[in-house]
Amino acid sequence: MEPILETRQLSHIYSPGTPFEHNALRAVDLTAYRGEYLGVIGRTGSGKSTLIQHLNGLLKPTSGQVLLNGTDIWSSKEATRAARFQVGLVFQYPEYQLFEETVYKDIAFGPKNMGLDEGEIDRRVREAAAFVELDDEILEKSPFELSGGQKRRAAIAGVIAMEPSVLILDEPTAGLDPAGVERILGNIQAYHRARNATVIIVSHSMEEMARTADRLVVMHDGAIPFQGPPREIFTHAQELEEMGLGVPQITRVFQRLRALGAEVDPSVYTVAQARDAILAALGKGAV
Amino acid sequence: MAIKDITLGQYFPGNTVVHRMDPRTKLLFTVLYIVALFMAGSPLSYGILFAVLAGCVLLSRIRLKVLLRSMRAVIFIVVLTGLLNLFYTPAGPGESPLLSFWVFRVYPAGVWAASLMVLRIILLICCTFLLTYTTSPILITDGLESLLGPLKKIKLPVHELAMMMSIALRFIPTLIEETDKIMSAQKARGASFDTGNLVQKAKALVPLLVPLFISSFRRADELAVAMECRCYHGGEGRTKLRQLRYAGRDYLALGFGLALCAGIWALGYLGL
Repeated sequence: MEPILETRQLSHIYSPGTPFEHNALRAVDLTAYRGEYLGVIGRTGSGKSTLIQHLNGLLKPTSGQVLLNGTDIWSSKEATRAARFQVGLVFQYPEYQLFEETVYKDIAFGPKNMGLDEGEIDRRVREAAAFVELDDEILEKSPFELSGGQKRRAAIAGVIAMEPSVLILDEPTAGLDPAGVERILGNIQAYHRARNATVIIVSHSMEEMARTADRLVVMHDGAIPFQGPPREIFTHAQELEEMGLGVPQITRVFQRLRALGAEVDPSVYTVAQARDAILAALGKGAV
Repeated sequence: MAIKDITLGQYFPGNTVVHRMDPRTKLLFTVLYIVALFMAGSPLSYGILFAVLAGCVLLSRIRLKVLLRSMRAVIFIVVLTGLLNLFYTPAGPGESPLLSFWVFRVYPAGVWAASLMVLRIILLICCTFLLTYTTSPILITDGLESLLGPLKKIKLPVHELAMMMSIALRFIPTLIEETDKIMSAQKARGASFDTGNLVQKAKALVPLLVPLFISSFRRADELAVAMECRCYHGGEGRTKLRQLRYAGRDYLALGFGLALCAGIWALGYLGL
């Protein structure tokens, strides 16, 4: 697979030289591949948010590099600008950034800043709205009349409309009801598939990440102790527990079964895998 | 520079004797110091005041770098006052100009007046910054409320004013953080806040100000509900978690402040 976004020895120190000095990132090496669905996981204060703000050039590294398609995004003004538009960043609670009179205008804000013409902006707004399931009627409403979930989706559409090749979302499902969570995750999947876009999702929910991500990156104290496919990550149950993260409930059940002496695969992390593992253990094979 | 890095009036936690002092003492001492500063006229009195402030800074263990950085925000005023004094002080008896060009004449008296004025402003700013660096905003308002207490007699809503002030102070960092966050979010959508002419820059603020206003109103609403849930009903009969009490060091500091004022006045009286 071809790398699209990389960090090399990326470090960031907040408020250097004051009593509030804080080492948020310590020599982080991270690679995101084209078309990958990457989960970044870590508890509050582990440096996740700082990391993603480096990926589109909102924060400047104290030391180290961020490479987009092999080019350092700080090497020239054009490179930084390109990173802003190619790497779309959706912040936590993005609905608080809505400001326009209508949802349509708000979604058009990003494309407009890119200097696109009217026709192209209109196409992008409508397509982005379709990705997040907002119909034409809603597009003409004020963003402040929408429900919480609709606002959130409108805000995400605002970033999708810029058609980024890397879409980064910080806790996109925080504070939503289960149906809302499913819907947003589904919308993100749809964009990911339709555009072969790289998606990076930041979360602290192992359950959610285990279900959706191809690969997981665990952040702890400004560094990346583990990265790899979910199955591999969850073999570090003990360490994850110590970092305050834990593993999905179903994995815990199976690890406990294993400890009790049952002949089951302890690395399952979804219910479907659990069903197969049980059937396998009973000697019946997968259905 | 991120907005967060602005240190204007920010509290630096610590556990020095200056930090632990009663906020009322610090407020009163600051007032006394400022009074002394405006009575000072001679190099000797300025020297004494400078030494006193230096002592306080040393005791508080606030780093000089931090203190100097806070001066950045007011450097313009300092320079402007310095220049005005430099050029507009009339000649002393029998002085000839040191420099003269176009309509400006610089006399030795002007240099003298300008340096004393600049020193006065720097000391003034440093001492007030020292107060806010070593005292949390909550303690400052507690102190003010207590000091202004007697004004309740003339029906001044002292408690309400103090509460409003502490709420305002409490929300400054929150609002700064919020501004930073919304700014980042809009920048991620390609907004730019520092290019273009004045009109374009003003227009660029709309995507920042609208969300900021909305979230401020939401916060105000939530705070009001939270306060009502905890049965807040104003100042009458309300007790305090932190009781302010003067300790020995406070009397000492206040005595020293009064002595400082009297001393500076006496120096001026004696013409030293």
